[in-house]
Amino acid sequence: MIYFDNSATSLVKPESVYAAVLDAMKTFGGSGRGAHNAAMNAARCIFEAREEISLFFNGYGANNTVFTQNATEALNIAIFGTVKKGSHVITTENEHNSVLRPLFYLEDKGDITLSVVNGNKNGVIDPKDVEKEINDKTSLVVCNHVSNVTGNKIDIFSVGEICKKHSVPFIVDASQSAGVFHIDMRKNNISVLCFTGHKSLLGPQGTGGLCVKDGFYIDPFKQGGSGVQSFKRTQPENMPERLEAGTLNGHGIAGLLAGIRYIKNYGIGNIFEKEKHIAKMFYDGVKDFKNVKIYGDFSSWDRGAVVGINIGDIDSAVISDILNTEFDICTRAGAHCAPLVHKHFNTENQGIVRFSFSHFNTEYEIKKAIDAIYELNELYEKGEI
Amino acid sequence: MALSKKTEKCVFTFESTADAMNMEKHCKECAIAGRIIPVPTSITAGCGLAWCADIIEKENILKFIEEKAIKYEGVYSVFLR
Repeated sequence: MIYFDNSATSLVKPESVYAAVLDAMKTFGGSGRGAHNAAMNAARCIFEAREEISLFFNGYGANNTVFTQNATEALNIAIFGTVKKGSHVITTENEHNSVLRPLFYLEDKGDITLSVVNGNKNGVIDPKDVEKEINDKTSLVVCNHVSNVTGNKIDIFSVGEICKKHSVPFIVDASQSAGVFHIDMRKNNISVLCFTGHKSLLGPQGTGGLCVKDGFYIDPFKQGGSGVQSFKRTQPENMPERLEAGTLNGHGIAGLLAGIRYIKNYGIGNIFEKEKHIAKMFYDGVKDFKNVKIYGDFSSWDRGAVVGINIGDIDSAVISDILNTEFDICTRAGAHCAPLVHKHFNTENQGIVRFSFSHFNTEYEIKKAIDAIYELNELYEKGEI
Repeated sequence: MALSKKTEKCVFTFESTADAMNMEKHCKECAIAGRIIPVPTSITAGCGLAWCADIIEKENILKFIEEKAIKYEGVYSVFLR
């Protein structure tokens, strides 16, 4: 099987990740639930993971590193816990439903007004267009770093500068970039960085979190067991417990920690270069096929390793299914939970066949994929698809 | 490579991934014809899974769904491989 659906979840993980999860399952009690050896095994590992993640993103320390199930949960916590009633929020058309749906929900309830910044013809967001939308009531800017459909990357440094200039908090969805691009919370003036563990951070599903700027207040999203201050009627105010009711996924977090350590040892720049090489090879191999249409901005390779295509007017679900059944190649068809990107490219009905790569992919796999697209292109020419 | 010819299929859609997985589980257990496919965008724009089988199986599958009280959204006739 050839796996090109790494934007959904990375399939191949480092051996150290598998080993860490197995070891944790055999040795971890509940973190913060007792001081016995098993509970402390979990607590120490989770604390190490907080420290490692904070360093990784130049964040604000272990206490400001909160674990969640995934980026969706992190974004919901960050958005619902921050947004002020009657305020104005800015986002972009490149967003995933994990950002859009919470914001549309708040807009439909009448709690906020919302501005959605559009990209240029290739879907690239100009930070100046974000600034144009800022008004006296703007209380939040939320955007992703890299689009999960096109791989387009937004200039978060410039957006961060704009947010700093206007004193507006800045939430970044790093689902598609954490682990491939250096992300510096302080340099980019990020108030909350939301990440998932199971994509390019190479950890297990069910892991993710948010790194919060020191002193930036987020209301608790859920209330429950925290392991501390048990006689307090409500959720403790201190971070990270304020945002972490319930037993954490210690087994998964052990795997996530191993994934991040692997990335640090391998070199994040080396991962980026390898992914870029693989994605570029695929792009170069298919871009001149007569009926292949590619979506997004490829004028620079400072972008995510994602190539979204269509062949003629064929349903993306059909192409993806043939790639799976005839070529054993895994891709993702449809809308990728990013409806406004498809509105932009007029692919709401056709969808897009997304190829998303990992540094574990090989040149051999890319050659097989190019051959497959060549064959499908030929069949389309003959009217046989 | 030669693809098989398009023939008329019955395509069952579901409101959730869990419902689609439940359909596959029951069909596999009872050797009911068909397989999971990405839902054709001609039926539903967006994402999702569907159960696809030859059109001649439609009534059998509908009967099976009723017997097992399997939850599904709709059934469509589509020409697919």
